[in-house]
Amino acid sequence: MSKKLNIKTVVYVFLILVTLVSALPFYMMIINATRDTKDILMGFTFLPGSALLENYRTMMEYVNIWNGFKNSLIVSVLVTVLSGYFSALTAFGFAVYNFKGKQPLFIFMLLMMMVPGQLGLIGFYELNRFIGTLDTFIPLIVPAIASPFVVFFLRQYLASTLHPSLLEAARIDGAGELKIFHTVALPIMMPAVATMSIFTFIGSWNNYIVPLVVLFSPEKFTVPVLMGFLKGSQVAQNLGSMYIGIAISVVPIMVAFLFFSKYIISSISAGSIKG
Amino acid sequence: MKKLDHKGYFFIAPFFAIFLVFNIYPVLLTFYYTFTNYEGYGTPEFIGLANYARILTDSYFYEAFFNTWIIWGLNFALQLGIALLLAALFSDLRFKIKGLGFFRAIFYLPNLITISSVAILFGIMLDWQHGSVNMFLQKIGLISEPINWLNQPVTAQVSVALILTWLWFGYTFIVLMAGIAGIPGEFYEAALIDGANRWQTFVHITLPLLKPIMLYVMITSLIGGLQLFDLPMLITDGLGTPEGSLNTMVLYLYNQAFRYNNYGYAATLAYALFLVTVIFSAITFKSMYRKSVKE
Repeated sequence: MSKKLNIKTVVYVFLILVTLVSALPFYMMIINATRDTKDILMGFTFLPGSALLENYRTMMEYVNIWNGFKNSLIVSVLVTVLSGYFSALTAFGFAVYNFKGKQPLFIFMLLMMMVPGQLGLIGFYELNRFIGTLDTFIPLIVPAIASPFVVFFLRQYLASTLHPSLLEAARIDGAGELKIFHTVALPIMMPAVATMSIFTFIGSWNNYIVPLVVLFSPEKFTVPVLMGFLKGSQVAQNLGSMYIGIAISVVPIMVAFLFFSKYIISSISAGSIKG
Repeated sequence: MKKLDHKGYFFIAPFFAIFLVFNIYPVLLTFYYTFTNYEGYGTPEFIGLANYARILTDSYFYEAFFNTWIIWGLNFALQLGIALLLAALFSDLRFKIKGLGFFRAIFYLPNLITISSVAILFGIMLDWQHGSVNMFLQKIGLISEPINWLNQPVTAQVSVALILTWLWFGYTFIVLMAGIAGIPGEFYEAALIDGANRWQTFVHITLPLLKPIMLYVMITSLIGGLQLFDLPMLITDGLGTPEGSLNTMVLYLYNQAFRYNNYGYAATLAYALFLVTVIFSAITFKSMYRKSVKE
């Protein structure tokens, strides 16, 4: 009996160790954000310092991180809305109607889903240069209208939830097809759209290479690009300010995760079983 | 069979219009550039297969190829090992470990954080003389001299692999737990009754039944891993420093295109990367699939 207890203790110690490793970098980030650069260079401590405001002011002199937040928010919200709405529209078209070329088009879409984003990056840059949309949010937002994976997911969802009799009933009531989509199909799809939206939002928020390539003006930078900019600026010498910049970029996501963690984790579990 | 109804086109039209312009066209345009020496201005000059010939003899490309594999491989082995161990502990009927929800959330947390922030955070924390990591390791007595993590090729690659492990083991753990939840409980109860020990239960029940899901994890991780960019780009100077050890395939592509304006060659690198991804995904899938069919 005592041996069993010991193994269990070892297991818990191990789990706590892994927990510490997961959380410690974030803890150090927050602690160092409150410390003077001189103190950070001098030594290591788990206790907070008192230079938080000073670090914040120094950082803001060089990089306006809230502006980056605003940019990221505009881009990510629009991406999420466009991707959700148009994917639902496309999924509805594929699930409900029968038209020539439907199967080939769907399979073509699935095949393109496998192609990594970097493949067309150079052509994408040139396209945007040609149509004059470099250094705008357009190349970050508009392509979200075509999100193959979300379409695929929603179509599978519709196939199992949307009953043809619902559509017939709405048609008999004299509703147009687009109205049927908005009043009957879209509400049914909402839970699936919400699940996809979380991942679309996070993916867009964390996207680095595309905004890095298409944006040039610092006042248009999204948070990830701004972080690279911060590293290349003079603030890089001021460690306390660097830490607070990183912390500000990270903490909101951590707070959001507190509220959504159960939802996010169950979505990952469900997605992988289907996948 | 329902009769043909052309209203469907109306619903899928916006998707395909945007898809064609922002997805298909750039992919084809990039393909066209692979046959040119385009430098970002003027008319691209057709040079046949010269870019493809150049790749075959480009030592930087091979370097990037092997770096990417070393970093991904080390990270994946660690990540899968830790995730499997955790999954085995949490699924063990005899341990009945509490707090799965809490642990799962904490383990998964790093995965959500913007990688560019993670890269810069570890760039500072792994600093040789003043980094928190060395200071901490010295304080608890694990090392006596500070390690110059990001200035030596081997430690730099190990650092990036460990950061990737830190980012991804929680995700892999969640996915494996989902797989284990799908294994009928009777299997474990039967094993318990038959007196199988933990190791036997794990090796003969959990592992074989988890194979399809491990395949899923491996292929998605491989596809993501071959595209490794944010971390090596931002953790040192973005040129693959130290000594080219952090030069990954996408980093090389990015630098060729947007630092040196070799669009034609960078386009060819993009297609080479695509080819590598397809080939290795297919190999992984085939070998794992054949093994699981045999059993």
